[in-house]
Amino acid sequence: MLADIAAVAGKDLRIEWRSRVTASQVIPFAALVLVLFGFALDANRPVLERATPGLFWMTVLFVTNLAVQRSTSIETSDGARRALLLAGIEPVAVFVGKALAVAVELLAVEIVLVGGVLVFYGAEIDDWGLLVLTCVVATMAVAAAGTLLGALVAGIRARETVLPILLLPVLAPVLISATRAFDDALGSVAVQGWAWLGLLAGFGVLNSGLGALAYGVLLEET
Amino acid sequence: MVLAGLVALVLLAFFAAPPDDEQGDAVRLIFIHVPSAILTYVAFFTTAAGSAMWLWKRSSWWDITAHAAAEIGVMFCALTLFTGSIWGRPTWNTYWDWGDVRLVTTLILFLLMVGYLVVRSSGGDDPAVSTRAAIVGLLAAINIPIVNRSVEWWFDRTLHQKASLTDGKLEDLTLFTLVFGLVVGLLFFVWAMIHRFRVGWLEHQARAEDLDEALEARRSEAAAAGSSASGGEA
Repeated sequence: MLADIAAVAGKDLRIEWRSRVTASQVIPFAALVLVLFGFALDANRPVLERATPGLFWMTVLFVTNLAVQRSTSIETSDGARRALLLAGIEPVAVFVGKALAVAVELLAVEIVLVGGVLVFYGAEIDDWGLLVLTCVVATMAVAAAGTLLGALVAGIRARETVLPILLLPVLAPVLISATRAFDDALGSVAVQGWAWLGLLAGFGVLNSGLGALAYGVLLEET
Repeated sequence: MVLAGLVALVLLAFFAAPPDDEQGDAVRLIFIHVPSAILTYVAFFTTAAGSAMWLWKRSSWWDITAHAAAEIGVMFCALTLFTGSIWGRPTWNTYWDWGDVRLVTTLILFLLMVGYLVVRSSGGDDPAVSTRAAIVGLLAAINIPIVNRSVEWWFDRTLHQKASLTDGKLEDLTLFTLVFGLVVGLLFFVWAMIHRFRVGWLEHQARAEDLDEALEARRSEAAAAGSSASGGEA
C-alpha cells in the first residue's frame, strides 16, 4: 500500500517536474492574484494587512482549482484511469498518492505566497509555528477534498466549470478556519488560533476519510 | 387540501396570531421561516438517504427520490435564507451576519446542493451521473452537520435565538399557527415530492426507451449487414 502511494505520488510529481507547469504557470498565477488584490484594494495598507489571511487563502483556493484540474487531466487523457485500475493499485492508494502530490504543489505555492504577503502586504508574523502548521494541515484538507472532487468531475464534459462550483462550498469551512488561524498567527486579531487549527485538523480528517471511501466507487463507475 | 391549508395558514399567520411584544409584526415571518428551515432539513435528509441507498442497492427509485428531494430542498433552503434575511433587518438591524454559524452553514449547504443539481444536469451516462450526484449528496449531508456542530461547540458564535418550539414561551395561537404551518408545509412537501418523483420516473423511462430503440436499430442494421454479406458470399 505505501509503495503504491509513493508510486502514484511520485508519478504525479515527476510529471509536474518535467513539464514545469507549477513553476512556470501556477506560481506566477498565484503571485498575480496577490498583486491584483493589492490593486483592487487600492494599496490601502491597513485594509490589506487586516485582509491578508483571507486574501492568502482565497488565492490558495484559486490555485487549488488549477492544481486539481491538472491532476485530473493527467488521468483522463489516454485512458490512464482504466490503466490505474487494471494495474491492480488500490483506489485508496491512488487517492492518497494523488492528494499528496497536489498537497506538495500547493505547499510550494504557499511558500511563495507567504513571501508575497510579507513583501506586498507588509505582514508581520507573530507565530511562525502556528502559521506553518496551519499551512500544512489546511493544505492536506484542501488536497484531499480537491482530489476527491477532481475524480468526481473527471467524466463530465464541462468539468472545468463544474469543479469550482463543487470545490468552493466544500472548502468553505477550511477557508474560514485557516483564515482565523492566520489572523492569530499574523497578530492582527485576538482569536484562539490554535483552537481553529484543531478544527482544521478535524476537517482534514473528515475530508480525507470521505475521499478514501468514495474514491474507489468513482474510479470504477464513472 | 394543500391549497386550502396554505390559505388557512396565511389567514392565521397574518391576521389571527397576535403580534409579538418586542418585534411587532415582523415576528409573523416565523410562520414561514421555521417550517421552511425544518423542511429543508427533511428534504436534504431524504436526499442523503436516497444517495446512500443508490450507492448500496443501485435502486432507481431511491435515486429519483434523492433528486426530487434535492430540488425541493434547494427551494426551501432559498426560502429559509430569504425570509431569515428579511426578518433579520428589523430585528437584528442587518440582512446578514457573517459571524453567525447557523447562517453561514445554511448558506454553504445551499451552495453544496446547488452543486448537486449542477452535477445532475451535467448529462451523460445515467448510472454514472447518479453515482456522482450521490457522492455529492453524501458529502453535503456529512459535512454540514459536523461543521455546524463543531463550530458551535468550539466557539459560541450565534445571534440566533434558541429553538422556539421547545422552550414553551410561545402563546397559544402563535404556537398553534407555527405547528399548523409546519403541518401544511409537510403536506406541500409530500405533494411536491410525489409530482417531482413522477416527472423524474417518466424521464428515466423515456431515456430507457430511447436506449432500447437505439439498440433495436443497431441490431437490425447488424442483421441486415449480416444477411447481405452472407447473401453476397453465396
